Amino acid sequence: MIMELLDKIFNREGKTSSRTQAKDRLKVVLAYDRTDISPQTMAKMREEILEVVGRYFELESESLEVQLDRDGTSTALIANVPIRRVKTSDSD
Amino acid sequence: MSESGKVLVITSGKGGVGKTTTTANLGMALAAQGHSVALVDADFGLRNLDLLLGLENRIVYNILDVLSGDCRLEQALVRDKRQNRLALLPAAQTRDKNAITPDQTREITAQLAENFQYVLVDCPAGIEQGFRNAISGAHRAVVVTTPEVSAVRDADRVIGLLEAAGLKETELIINRLRPQMVKENNMMSVEDVLEILAIKLLGVVPEDEKVIVTTNRGEPIVLGETLSPAGQAYVNIARRIQGVSVPLMDLEGPAPNFLERLRNLFGRKN
Repeated sequence: MIMELLDKIFNREGKTSSRTQAKDRLKVVLAYDRTDISPQTMAKMREEILEVVGRYFELESESLEVQLDRDGTSTALIANVPIRRVKTSDSD
Repeated sequence: MSESGKVLVITSGKGGVGKTTTTANLGMALAAQGHSVALVDADFGLRNLDLLLGLENRIVYNILDVLSGDCRLEQALVRDKRQNRLALLPAAQTRDKNAITPDQTREITAQLAENFQYVLVDCPAGIEQGFRNAISGAHRAVVVTTPEVSAVRDADRVIGLLEAAGLKETELIINRLRPQMVKENNMMSVEDVLEILAIKLLGVVPEDEKVIVTTNRGEPIVLGETLSPAGQAYVNIARRIQGVSVPLMDLEGPAPNFLERLRNLFGRKN
């Protein structure tokens, strides 16, 4: 009750500030700009990652996220692959 | 880094972030601080540096007349009436950016560098031929951005192109910062922009309504007797260009009051 009130007063209903959003969006877009990788190549890589990881895990393939990220002068490829469970040899 | 003969290009990628205002004010400030300064308007077809300096009625020749041999370089230079150490080489207003080549720009800026301690080149927006021309004779580059996503993205592109062109000294000016909005987490801070662009900071210019007023009059904001915040920022930047270490202005204003501190305490995430 009190926390709700405080939330309302101080406007922190889980909404990220536009400042943080600006920064986060820029980091992603610049990572792509700087590497100059085509969307087709990204899509192809996404499929291939699914294929490789899929040999070992049962995947929720529709929720795979592959993204470039930039921090200072280094770029990272971040892949978030939600898995259902490990494939065992007899479940193959 | 020699003190004399320094050719600086003022660039940004995105238009409307304050390149020309920056060029006019840094030129005027450097001249007021005792240096001879030539300003080169490299924005062919869209020249505005003359207007910001209040010199628009005194242009007889422009850079193309010099190249075609219709006049000597000295004849084309418009001396500032308030500050005689400052001179402007106007762009052609009727021709486009292809009317001049990078080699010709380099030649002209090199000639100017023989007679002036600083040569400031106002680069057109974009990354096309006009940009190539403007950067070709430069020893150092100043990239102007505002704390907005589009401007920062374009600045990043330009920083990459400057690096590819072999310009090793590139520094950043963050223009039109609104400290109150940063405080409220509604605008990227200086630190945010620097984290993204990873480049040396030359200065921060706060948003200042006086810029519009002084521009209306054709009087650079650094000329005023009592300097407004943007005027002071440009004066500081001009000193940093000379290698003088000047601390950044305090743009934050007074310490947060009780309510703001409370808000920070319970605050929204960063």
